[in-house]
Amino acid sequence: MLVTAAVILALPLFLPNPFYYDVVIRIGMNAIMVVGLNLLIGYAGQISLGHAGFLALGAYASGILTGRYGWPPIAAMAAGMAGVGILAYVLARPILKLKGHYLAMATLGMGIIIFIVLTQESQWTGGPDGMSVPAFSLLGRELSGEKNWYWVTGALLMLALWLALNVIDSPVGRALRALHGSEVAAQVAGVDTSHFKVLVFVLSAVIASATGSLMAHYIGFITPTVSSFFHSIELVTMVVVGGMASIFGSVVGAAILTMLPQLLSGFEGFELVAFGAILMLTMIFMPRGLVPTLAAKLRRA
Amino acid sequence: MALLEVRDLDMVFGGVHAVQNLSFSVRPGTIHSVIGPNGAGKTTLFNMITGLYKPTRGAIYLGGDAVTAKPPHELARKGMSRTFQNLQICFNMSALDNVMVGSHLRLNQRLMPAMLRLPKLKKADSACREQAAELMKFVGVGQYVKADASQMPYGALKRLEIARALAAKPKLLLLDEPAAGLNNTETKEIDELIQKVAHSGVTVVLVEHDMKLVMGISDHILVLDYGKKLAEGTAEEIRRNPDVIVAYLGGA
Amino acid sequence: MLSQFLQFLFSGITNGSIYALAALGFSIIYNASGVINFAQGEFIMLGGMGTVIMVAAGVPLPLAILIAVLVTALVGMALEKFAVEPAGNAEVVTLIIITIGASIFIQGVVQAVFGKGQHALKPFSGDTPINIGGATILPQSLWVLGVTAVIVVLLWWFFNRTLLGKAMLATAHNPLAARLVGINTRFILLLSFVLSAVLGAIAGIIVAPITLTSYDVGIMLGLKGFVAATLGGLGNGLGAVVGGLLLGLTEAMAAGYLSSQYKDAVPFVLIILVLFFMPRGLFGARVTERV
Repeated sequence: MLVTAAVILALPLFLPNPFYYDVVIRIGMNAIMVVGLNLLIGYAGQISLGHAGFLALGAYASGILTGRYGWPPIAAMAAGMAGVGILAYVLARPILKLKGHYLAMATLGMGIIIFIVLTQESQWTGGPDGMSVPAFSLLGRELSGEKNWYWVTGALLMLALWLALNVIDSPVGRALRALHGSEVAAQVAGVDTSHFKVLVFVLSAVIASATGSLMAHYIGFITPTVSSFFHSIELVTMVVVGGMASIFGSVVGAAILTMLPQLLSGFEGFELVAFGAILMLTMIFMPRGLVPTLAAKLRRA
Repeated sequence: MALLEVRDLDMVFGGVHAVQNLSFSVRPGTIHSVIGPNGAGKTTLFNMITGLYKPTRGAIYLGGDAVTAKPPHELARKGMSRTFQNLQICFNMSALDNVMVGSHLRLNQRLMPAMLRLPKLKKADSACREQAAELMKFVGVGQYVKADASQMPYGALKRLEIARALAAKPKLLLLDEPAAGLNNTETKEIDELIQKVAHSGVTVVLVEHDMKLVMGISDHILVLDYGKKLAEGTAEEIRRNPDVIVAYLGGA
Repeated sequence: MLSQFLQFLFSGITNGSIYALAALGFSIIYNASGVINFAQGEFIMLGGMGTVIMVAAGVPLPLAILIAVLVTALVGMALEKFAVEPAGNAEVVTLIIITIGASIFIQGVVQAVFGKGQHALKPFSGDTPINIGGATILPQSLWVLGVTAVIVVLLWWFFNRTLLGKAMLATAHNPLAARLVGINTRFILLLSFVLSAVLGAIAGIIVAPITLTSYDVGIMLGLKGFVAATLGGLGNGLGAVVGGLLLGLTEAMAAGYLSSQYKDAVPFVLIILVLFFMPRGLFGARVTERV
């Protein structure tokens, strides 16, 4: 926690130009999203291959409500979170009865349906061409400039980390980890496992929606590809590469996967090959993810 | 009044009668053993009592309330707890956290207070942590208080499950073959532990397939054979029962 | 009315056959290893692309098909040896990411070597539509139906009548017991990937004249194959075939009568609805968990 805070405080000293700020802000936003997803996948052991859908719904809620109806951004963001929360709650009970690959299938389908709806309902969303989103403002003051966005994102990331760490180190967190470790054992110990599955699913979806709203305002433009299957996979990969059930792994995973396309742009024409190879190799040699693997190495040394 | 009563219980798996027309009752404060050869339906019986399987027919009463086919977490709320024949340990957690899962129902399970790290919740949680450590010592795995569950040997994990079950402060504790896979010394230690638990006021129902083991510690024994009740009574009565002798020693 | 229905029916069973072949590929690998191979769609793409490119280079069609199938089989083998086997008993999510990584890698190679363009393969026996009851069907669709039927029969024979096929089924039911009776389960695992790759390649080749092919056709076909396999119940061969045909038909009917815009959403709506009521698909066994 302190290390992350120090990194966030010290980083501006080393960022030479807005381009680097931009990368770091995107890392921070992805990290917030991935922390939530890690609670679901890493801690509670429930796969979702469709969370980019929730992210996109948040982004479009902000885009449509502020752009077309002139809502204040903060109200649009809250409405998005509430709407996504309700949707996730309704879907969660039947979906989370499923296990393993069946759960993967259902969440994947959910994400793709959201993608197709966003692409087809062009009178609302602008269709495949996307839509522009007004700048974020609060109490009449507009949030603009990389530096300001940097501090806002940094503060929100710290908040997300603090909340997530609190949850994990609490009866709720133990219930989540227990239903991952042994669902029957958790049930017999009195854990209402379906309640906690729904709880963590809704929580991660709401966090995704909030992140989506932020990203929409920051980037100023959204397209349905935010909700694509590939983007869902990218987010899950951040969780797994950083480390399942590791909150700081989420930050590391978000950092790596966000920077990777920039780093790979040097391999012109071979970006996909390199990206695929890196995914495979990391998972084969570090199936538990970077942070837990390195932490275990350090402890042994 | 009986703490646990089972009436006319039937369980059919695709045509196979795993448990058939079974009735018995457990008095509070006793050690009640269910024995029988492998495949006699002992674990199936446990799974029905603890709400993991829904019985095909029949009724189960806990403290006089009908609890047939209630979900396991509601039964836990009513004071039922159990261990498993094939360990059900959460290997993604520390040993102590495993035990603390057992006290889940006595803690604040709401999200908001947890997220905000409210002092009251933290205090209750650390008190619970100390109790869990005490329980680990009580069952004899005190040396693993700081360990991860995945670092513990098999025998210790069996005890860890008992500690987790006790953390719920149950009225009724069901132990499914607590001595399976243990050597003679370990088995004797587990026997002592079970007696210690019973003396603390917890009613124990014990499943075992080794008859010798339960003879010494049980107040009451129920013998199952192919899902049916073969005999019932005190250790002495069971030892002399001709049906039991035939079933265990082979037809004369 | 009837002719319109027949038209949708033809289109549905043609696509359904391809989904069925993809679903069979998923099921065979799932049975042998418990892995859902997200690179299954790439086998389909490789078969189609490989044939198209060789035919364009002047190789006669039958030889091109043979080589494309062989190359895909080798890719399947490599996938098993270098990506799935070393991962061992990793968690489900980890295995999903490994096979998706493989899928992206294969797409990347094809895109880097052959570009992003779309390619068409000449139909095997002309493109004069055949008129049936007022509806038309392309000769290539008949190829798709015929080849799929032959493959399903061959697979049935293989799994029920040959020792090797039975060994594969035994491994699926209980790997440890299979090893104890002397079945080489590692070979079975490798074989399952080769078999799935071959099925995928053939599906890709027979459908290429109908749909055009490019480096990224595998994604959607793969996902729909996964839907079909899940629909029938993962690991159930008959379920995969029925799931595939049902999916193709539902998709064609929904696109025809309801909304063509939402054609691609139909499989996913269908699978979510089915899973809500049958958590293990249409033919999945209801299992009682052992504790």
